[in-house]
Order: sequence, then C-alpha cells, then structure tokens
Amino acid sequence: MLVRYFASLREQLGCDSEQINSSATTVEQLISELSQRGELWQQLLADNSRLQIAVNQAIARRNSPLQPEDEVAFFPPVTGG
Amino acid sequence: MAIPVTIRVQTEDFDVSTELKQLSANDKTVGALVSFVGLVRDINEGQSIQAMTLEHYPGMTEKALHEIVQAAQQRWPLQGVTIIHRIGDLLPSDQIVLVITASRHRHAAFESADFLMDFLKSKAPFWKKENTPEGSRWVDARESDEVALARWNNAHAL
Repeated sequence: MLVRYFASLREQLGCDSEQINSSATTVEQLISELSQRGELWQQLLADNSRLQIAVNQAIARRNSPLQPEDEVAFFPPVTGG
Repeated sequence: MAIPVTIRVQTEDFDVSTELKQLSANDKTVGALVSFVGLVRDINEGQSIQAMTLEHYPGMTEKALHEIVQAAQQRWPLQGVTIIHRIGDLLPSDQIVLVITASRHRHAAFESADFLMDFLKSKAPFWKKENTPEGSRWVDARESDEVALARWNNAHAL
C-alpha cells in the first residue's frame, strides 16, 4: 500500500510517502495502525477531525474500503484558487 | 458532444488573452467568454505576505478538475472550459489561477465560471503556504468557501 502525506501533514510527520505492508481493509483501520507510531501520528490522523482522505486519488472517508495495492493520501483541507 | 477542455497545472505564468482567443478559435457559435483570474494578495488575515508556495497532489489534481468541469457541463450548455492553476513559488500580484468558460450566451458563462471557482477552492487538492515577516505558515481553509459551495446545491433557479 502506498501512503502519501501532503502540505502541513507532510511537514509535521516528516514523511511525504511510504510503501507499507498493511492488512487494513478500511481507511479507519489504516489510521489506527499508523496512529500506533506515537502521539504525533495519533493526534494528526486518528484524532484529527479535519483530516482529508483520498483513496486512489479520489476523495474517501474513514469507512472507505481498502485493497492491498491502493494509494491512500492524507491531507489538510484544501486551500487553492 | 465533446467540448474543448484544457486543464493545466504549471509553474509558468499564463497569458489571459492568448487563452481567451484559443478557447473560441474553432467555434463561431460561442457568444460569451467569461474569465476569472485569481491573484496573490500582499496581505492575508492581517499579515503581510512576502511570497507564497503552492503544493498539489499530482494526478489527483487533474482528475478533480476534470470532474468539476463535468459537473459544470451537466448544469450549463458550455462550449469550452479552460482551467490553469499555478504551483510553486509566487509573489504578490502574480496570477495564480485562470478559469475561462465559453457558451452561446453570457448567463451560462458567468454562472459556470463562478461555480467552477467555488468547486476548485473546496475540492481540488492544492495547498498554499505563505511567507510572512514572522515566518511561514500554511493557509487555513475558510468556512466561507464551504458556504459558497453549499449555495449551488440549493440553486434551483440557475
């Protein structure tokens, strides 16, 4: 699974993308797995009510299903234009 | 019917008049072109802005913009759309985004350009980081952008 982070999340987590072996079948499960890395991850992913999610480059939700080869992205609310 | 749709995400600047001419060049039934150009302001939320950096999600950005254009096409009889969004480092007064809509008549062109900008601001994965005298900061999403978006769901009159 490819996990990508953008903007303030990328900076705060110090990671722009990573290939991980995850058995998560929903975004929520993936977030729980990643949040076990420490308080910062917990705070920025699991406890972040403004967290935006994309699966395979389409907007997704915490209950969206995941496949092992999916590309998942986490980012803050968008601010373009 | 397929209409000309141009979507570009680029570091380079763009020329509005070239883009306007291009969008209507091959269609003599176009009676209205509306363009919106967004510029970098030198002040935001009371702080002066020295420069700005724009990040995006390559691949998803283009996909999201195409979906936004499709949604506009379902609501208005459009004959062409151009969206150009710049990324990278920008300075105050720099052009940041261009939306052009082409239609037979002005109302469709005006309204769809407004719609496209509202959706772009809330749905396309771009993020701004500002450099201020006190350091750099990520721009916060505005509540007003969500409100602007919501009005299209209730706009039966359009």
